[in-house]
Amino acid sequence: MIKWSRIWAFSLIVILMFGVIGYTGLGVAKGITLGLDLQGGFEILYEVKPVHEGEKLDKGTLTDTVSALNRRVNVIGVSEPDIQVEGTDRIRVKLAGVTNQEQARKLLGEPARLSFLDPNGKELLTGDDLAKNGASVQYDELRRPYIALKLKDADKFKQITETYLQQPISIALDEKILTSPVVQSVISGGTASITGNYTVDEATELAGILNAGALPVEMKEIYSNSVGAALGAESLQKGIYASFIGIALIFLFMLLYYRWPGVIAIITLVVFMYLTLLVLNWMHATLTLPGIAAFILTVGMAVDANIITYERIKEELRSGKTLLSAVRAGQRRSLSTIIDANLTTIIAGIVLFYFGTSSVQGFAVTLMVGIILTLLTNVFGTRLLLAIWVRSNALRKPWYYGVKESEIGEL
Amino acid sequence: MNFNPKTWNYVSHRKQFFLLSGVLQIIGILGLLFLGFNLGVDFQSGTRLDIAIGKPFTEAEVAAELKQLNLEPGSIVTAGDNGERAAVRFTEPLNKEQIASVKNSFTKKYGDQVDIQESTVDPVVSRELAKNAMYALIWASIGIVIYVTVRFEYRFAIAGIIALLHDAIGVISIFSIFQIEVDLPFIAAILTIVGYSINDTIVTFDRIRENMKLHKVKRKADLEYVVNLSIQETITRSINTVITVLMASAALLIFGGESIRTFSLALTIGLFIGMYSSIFIASQIWLEWKAKEFAGNRITPTNNEAS
Repeated sequence: MIKWSRIWAFSLIVILMFGVIGYTGLGVAKGITLGLDLQGGFEILYEVKPVHEGEKLDKGTLTDTVSALNRRVNVIGVSEPDIQVEGTDRIRVKLAGVTNQEQARKLLGEPARLSFLDPNGKELLTGDDLAKNGASVQYDELRRPYIALKLKDADKFKQITETYLQQPISIALDEKILTSPVVQSVISGGTASITGNYTVDEATELAGILNAGALPVEMKEIYSNSVGAALGAESLQKGIYASFIGIALIFLFMLLYYRWPGVIAIITLVVFMYLTLLVLNWMHATLTLPGIAAFILTVGMAVDANIITYERIKEELRSGKTLLSAVRAGQRRSLSTIIDANLTTIIAGIVLFYFGTSSVQGFAVTLMVGIILTLLTNVFGTRLLLAIWVRSNALRKPWYYGVKESEIGEL
Repeated sequence: MNFNPKTWNYVSHRKQFFLLSGVLQIIGILGLLFLGFNLGVDFQSGTRLDIAIGKPFTEAEVAAELKQLNLEPGSIVTAGDNGERAAVRFTEPLNKEQIASVKNSFTKKYGDQVDIQESTVDPVVSRELAKNAMYALIWASIGIVIYVTVRFEYRFAIAGIIALLHDAIGVISIFSIFQIEVDLPFIAAILTIVGYSINDTIVTFDRIRENMKLHKVKRKADLEYVVNLSIQETITRSINTVITVLMASAALLIFGGESIRTFSLALTIGLFIGMYSSIFIASQIWLEWKAKEFAGNRITPTNNEAS
């Protein structure tokens, strides 16, 4: 007797899952952040050195540099810069989706040199004389923005304003003169203001550059990797194409070799892929090209859980057990094998993550997420679907499970 | 010849496979010692530019173009599916101005579709990368040994690690002998192979452990029987699993594009070697070692038999 209620339950679960996937799948996939190798961008590792010999580089200086770099990057409008301190004297910058890479790299790499010049071009003060984060945007009575500067040495600044009273002092960033205010009075408090017809944005940008320019570090590129936008798009497209082919081949193999359980494996694999993308999306993980490779590989590994279980079920069937008890025994006996095998791969994944650089880390994260989800979908999901189906009494012939009648021995 | 994977005797031929693997490994290691690697910029200082020109070009044209910019490339290779890319290596790192000038001059000559992928590595960093890769391999091995020792026994752990190193050395020496360029993703590939190979081996070990409980093992011959039976029982799974992963890695190799080629090539080769070692090497090493236990028993029969 075929129990239709079971078949309905089975179908309902599958339709429900596929409904959710069909409805949200594309959005989930598109919401994943792409790495710079897939959308173009660059990664630079800087070695940071103090400008002056003998100065010490402490944690504070490094974090300040990072925030300064962030500000500089904001100036050119990169949405999600990833700038981090590495070790004791390094900073890694990752910028994805930068349209003008040359500009960005120039802006980052060269510590903007801020100087105050007298009318003859002689340097009076440098960025070093500016207090840390000493530039800020203020508003006058008419709500016009101006930039307030705070200097380290008030006396030195007082002397300068005395000497150059009623003369213009230029403030220059690198070679470019930003503004040339005329000294209106002797300033004794160590503060100054730069006024001009600035918009709020311009003033904020300028203050940011001034603060960044005041950093006492030199940065040397010791590793860089940049990918043009067109090449990134090409990699992405090829990666997706290769995934489709690889996954299609795996599906075909499972269908032809394992037949009905193969269909169940395909169902759980689709859910598996969806969940992997969903988790990557939630984690705000960045998908890199090696990440795509890991994704396809985890599909191959996820299906391994099905293969181990199905081979076990086939063995039990051949030994003469009924379908129900063969499925039960097969699932029970394969579980510890699957867990042992996957945990060893997770160990490799953890090590990869720990020692790897960004693109390798992307690979490791995908690999580990994939393995954990495998247990959920391709072990427990498969169990559930198979258990419901087997009890429906439909498709009972061993053929549907890839076993020939002639192979079945006596119990 | 009739070869049926489910009835073939994997154990009686073990000496031949040990010999085969041993000889190949020695050749591989000699290759490594004498030929070394064709190191990519990830491990050697310098700059690699992948210039996607998108139009027919000759290597001489590229060289001439670079010469105008006073750049002396170490090598220029035509790459890409339709030979539309030039992979240029410089032994000296280029600075960002130089890279920008290359892009400008190629865009001027070939049009706006020109795009550049650049990677520059300082020797300090490349040494660290290589060092980290070694550490990663060592730590992964230690982690796996500990896990397998806890879950199984130390003999399985050591046999598994030998098989794993066998696979890693196999892939590494093929890359050395054929002088295929080695880059950072190559290391990720090696570590994936390592993880995967041990995964494969574990499944067979797991069956051996199970069968050891079902069968009375008193002599070396019993042990041989159990190991052989376990391999026969898991052979379909071992092969099928590798087939599915191979489908994935082959798809990556053929369709995945230039930047992932080394990775997928290493992986594809490694999967084959890994399949071989988990079927013909790993369990057999364990067998040889475990059999010593019985030899010991014969000399001192009063000992309780290890279970």
